[in-house]
Amino acid sequence: MKRVRARLRRTPIGLLIVIAFFVLGTIGPWIAPYDPMAIDLLHEYQAPSLRHWLGTGDNGIDILSALLHGARLAAIVGIVVVGISVSFGTALGTWAGYYGKLPDHVVTGIADLVQAFPAIVLNIAVLALVAKPGLLHLIVALAVNGWVLYARLARAETLSLREREFVEAARALGVPAHQVMRRHVVPNLLGPLVIQATTGLGVVILAESTLSFLGLGPGKAVSWGALLDQGTSVLLRFPHVALFSGGAIALTVLGFNLMGDWLRDRLDPRLR
Amino acid sequence: MSPGLLRYLASRLARALLTVIGLVTIVFLLVRLIPGDPVEAILGDQAGPEEKAELRRALDLDRPVTEQYLSFLGDMVDGTLGTSFRQPDRSVWSLMRDVLPYTIALAIAALLVAWLVAVPLGTIAAARAGRGWDKVASAAAVLGLAIPNIWLGPLLILAFGVKLRWLPLPGDDLAGPEALILPAITIGTALAAVLTRQTRAAMIDVLSQQYISAARARGVPSIPLLLRHALRNALLPVMTIGAAQLGALLSGTVVTEKIFERQGLGTLFLDAFFARDIPVVQGCVLIIAVIYVGVNLVVDLAYGVVDPRVRLS
Repeated sequence: MKRVRARLRRTPIGLLIVIAFFVLGTIGPWIAPYDPMAIDLLHEYQAPSLRHWLGTGDNGIDILSALLHGARLAAIVGIVVVGISVSFGTALGTWAGYYGKLPDHVVTGIADLVQAFPAIVLNIAVLALVAKPGLLHLIVALAVNGWVLYARLARAETLSLREREFVEAARALGVPAHQVMRRHVVPNLLGPLVIQATTGLGVVILAESTLSFLGLGPGKAVSWGALLDQGTSVLLRFPHVALFSGGAIALTVLGFNLMGDWLRDRLDPRLR
Repeated sequence: MSPGLLRYLASRLARALLTVIGLVTIVFLLVRLIPGDPVEAILGDQAGPEEKAELRRALDLDRPVTEQYLSFLGDMVDGTLGTSFRQPDRSVWSLMRDVLPYTIALAIAALLVAWLVAVPLGTIAAARAGRGWDKVASAAAVLGLAIPNIWLGPLLILAFGVKLRWLPLPGDDLAGPEALILPAITIGTALAAVLTRQTRAAMIDVLSQQYISAARARGVPSIPLLLRHALRNALLPVMTIGAAQLGALLSGTVVTEKIFERQGLGTLFLDAFFARDIPVVQGCVLIIAVIYVGVNLVVDLAYGVVDPRVRLS
């Protein structure tokens, strides 16, 4: 027991938050005490109590249950969007950095154009393409500018890797370009990409919450941002709704940021 | 001006112009792909087919896309940016002109908050690197980055509007300029966090250079040394990061205007989006992109002018 506690003390708080988030995102909907959609008009906007640990919200829904269901949505959106962004961005960035010239101009040109929009404005513009935005549309909208960061990172790293001896040696031996990239370049990108993706998960979860807060989230799913939006509209009378839902978002983002910093310290030898 | 600088100016301007034209086209195409029918959104389900056809004609929606694109470009050139669907007697530009001052005031106030917090905090952290104040500044920056503005806004309202009653609540029409304080802090906090880190890093870098040691050896007192010798040089890279934060600043105004029930470009944009007022959506996206491209251009040029070591080519 003592050893467990000592070990726990050395574990970074960011990692603990991230693990807690994913565990709750996985089992949350099963351990939730109530159905987050269950309407109970007699108990609307109740303060936290033994029956409802975090109180109730609009239509008397149980806030703890809604947050547990929201964690799953946040986890799904985060993992899928970051997964798409990392694979797409790395492929494009490596390609651009390795070949230079036209591919490089095309990729950097598109990246510049995407970044000329503030992220949320671009997300909203993409969501405007569909009449009733759902989960899939949300994921697409977030991935449209998500890949740029990873493409820039992969391109910059590839530019320097391309000149290194082991890559030159592979090329001189006649290894085909796609194999040089896959076997010699991309594995060396993984460290910086993992660091970036960790912080990126927090960014995507925050973006999902923000879009839901603005009323653009997936209509049927329970989302932290939508709950915060409800809470803000009754803020002066029932502040607990906004406090708990916003707190969940803030704590999760903080966890991913801390974990990203911690990984950077451990994985990036240049910073030691 | 040297011919090299002129050539750089010309190519940089041409690139900015190309970006804007690219954006205009993308915006036009994106918006035309919206499946919701604006005519139905404006008239509702009750309208008859003749009424709909008439509105469609009045709005030019019955013409081919290429013609619409050309007339859209014409509207860009004459500066009206087209006519609102919802308010046919108003040009998009006149709608935006009415609310733009509110958004600009908010953005400037947010920048002010960010710089006023970040520069002193970053400087102190660098001067005391590794010690108490530095740790406080780093922790503050981590928190500032993690706290979402959609949560910070409500928290500030609860603390300063409801509990302490120092500042006006959202939607208070009689409130003066002090109504700007909480929204500015809401947006400025994250910017301040980023800028504090940048100022600290840049200051640590500058402080390790030889001319600082030389000044110290000459007996320059530590406060003038920090402010006159070090900070002036350290702020240049921070300025560029500050410009890169403009996107976050503009996104922040969209969210903050909603939380604090302020009028502005963000509110106009969201309302137009939900009402499918296509010309206004187009205009807002366009103006935001143009501001973004324009400010980056100015900062790029200013960087070369302020720091002679940066060669513009």
